[in-house]
Amino acid sequence: MEKNEDLLAVENLTKHFKTSFGVVRAVDSINFKVKAGETFGLVGESGSGKSTTGYMVMGIYTPTSGKILFKGNDISKHAKKRPKYLKKDLAIVFQDPASSLNPTKTIKDVVGLPLKVHKMVKNSDELAQRVSELLEAVELPAKDFMQRRPRDLGGGERQAVAIARAIATNPSFIVLDEPTSALDVSIQAKIMKVLMRLQEKLDLSYLFITHDLSLMRNVASRVAIMYLAQIVEFAPTSVFFQNPLHPYTQMLLSSVPVLTKEEEKLKPKGVISKGEVPSAINPPPGCRFHTRCPFASEICKTKEPIFVTAEPGHQVACHRVNIASQKQ
Amino acid sequence: MELLLDVRDLCVNYKTYMGELKVLNGVGFSVHKGEKIGIIGESGSGKTTTMRAILRILATNAVIKRGEVHFIGNNVLKMDKKKLTEMRRRHVTMIFQDPTAALNPVFKVGELLADVVKYSHSFNAEKTTKQKLREISIDVLKEVALPDPQRVLDSYPFQLSGGMRQRVCIAMSLATARDLLIADEPTTNLDVTIQDQVLRLMKNLVEKKNLSVILISHALGTVRGTVDTVYAMYAGNMIETAPTEELFSNPLHPYTQGLLKSVPKLTGAGFSEGIEGRIPNYIDPPTGCRFNPRCDRALDICMKEKPQLLGVEDDKHKVACWLYSKR
Repeated sequence: MEKNEDLLAVENLTKHFKTSFGVVRAVDSINFKVKAGETFGLVGESGSGKSTTGYMVMGIYTPTSGKILFKGNDISKHAKKRPKYLKKDLAIVFQDPASSLNPTKTIKDVVGLPLKVHKMVKNSDELAQRVSELLEAVELPAKDFMQRRPRDLGGGERQAVAIARAIATNPSFIVLDEPTSALDVSIQAKIMKVLMRLQEKLDLSYLFITHDLSLMRNVASRVAIMYLAQIVEFAPTSVFFQNPLHPYTQMLLSSVPVLTKEEEKLKPKGVISKGEVPSAINPPPGCRFHTRCPFASEICKTKEPIFVTAEPGHQVACHRVNIASQKQ
Repeated sequence: MELLLDVRDLCVNYKTYMGELKVLNGVGFSVHKGEKIGIIGESGSGKTTTMRAILRILATNAVIKRGEVHFIGNNVLKMDKKKLTEMRRRHVTMIFQDPTAALNPVFKVGELLADVVKYSHSFNAEKTTKQKLREISIDVLKEVALPDPQRVLDSYPFQLSGGMRQRVCIAMSLATARDLLIADEPTTNLDVTIQDQVLRLMKNLVEKKNLSVILISHALGTVRGTVDTVYAMYAGNMIETAPTEELFSNPLHPYTQGLLKSVPKLTGAGFSEGIEGRIPNYIDPPTGCRFNPRCDRALDICMKEKPQLLGVEDDKHKVACWLYSKR
């Protein structure tokens, strides 16, 4: 696939979970596209639906409605119903490597399993050869690690193994679901470097899910902000951090604890964090953020905002921005 | 300023079936009245163990090998039960990382809070009526900006959100007059907008009540915004200390430098290479400076002798590293 072509397109994707308390609207009609070779960032707080979105792309959940198009084909069904070649092409790295790696298997078994399932190796020599290549690709000393088990490894090393497993089948698209949030910062930096080198070398596209805006700033080429099951703002990363438009985005940015004075200048003033995320069973009518928004007016309480384009590639769903742009 | 807490040469080991974990390796620091200090370091560096030793709530397999913990002149490690209870009830309080685990799930918030108020208040506990306790509890919850305190008092912890639970924990710890607040990663489990609210709340209350604070965190940014002095901890040692701005703008220890560089910035400067390796095995920790296996500037002496925490230039910025010792 050529660069800048749409690899993945999500259209009106929705996931509702039925629970004993009512229907949880985890993801509500979201749209986005991921281009070949880019890192698309999905940012939101816990419960905003970002992981659910990633899981639907992987076929772990079946969408309630809407479409997921991968290389032009509709793949919006459960993984069990997907053709095998598709599973080869899509991979995921989970948040917690302690629970995503089978503790009873050796590292060789863990990384070798997808190779066996997809019949990518002919014999055990070839398997060992390929596994050691993969481990070296994620900068682990293959010789020492092949026969060890996940519990013998540190958190960062475990996550590197999970990444090696994800790239084993030569996928073109990887969902990274908070891949470093269980790790210490010094280890996080190392894992991120590995991921970025792999992307360059193997021409990968990433759907990067995180709650950490500082991390996102350094990884993604484009960012989407999710709030309560909906996307509220899209922008190219650099634009986004210079000129955040949605009040929720501003609130998020102003809440980020920073280390330097230069960073402090980037934090929007005047939007102080207040309130909590309402329940996804009974989301507020109109704009879902109006209960916490310092600028909320009457229209926000009744009418759902639509996306307006503020500048090329920068879209935001906010009545206030919409009104301001119409006045100009 | 009056000295409130003084920890000297604290060594704590944990006994396990694999051998003895030599975790704290001579920790020393002090807190003056009204001072706010922060302790940063990665997981497993001994931050929580240090705090638990101060309150003497260490796990049962922990052994305090040597060291002194002086709280207003009394050695905590030698206190009898009565004095210890007195200290925990009246003087030192702690907020834990996970509010879900810190609140007993079978009691309502009102009952939990009433107990704290009853046993730590200076007035006569037996004579306090339920009505009076409830009034105090409501005031306390109002102080932590919880909406609808009446409802919160009649709720079980699981009926509240994570942010509300942590507010309840803060309310419990600050319900009565205290001298020292130990906050052990109070916002790690919270979302970033809620974290911001909780930190601001804590800061305001601390100022209002003129408390001394020890804030522990591995999220460096939260520490920077809250405290006056920062200590960096690595593998059971205090390796560097300085006034907050100084430490963040001019770190000296190779570990602190690596740690600060590892944090992704909002300005988007990309990533550093991080720090090679991981926290040492505590059964058989490296001799000399415990950071030497991960340090790319290690000298011969680093392998042999443990560096002391000594002042560089002025006495406020101290570092335990042979690179800065005057030879």
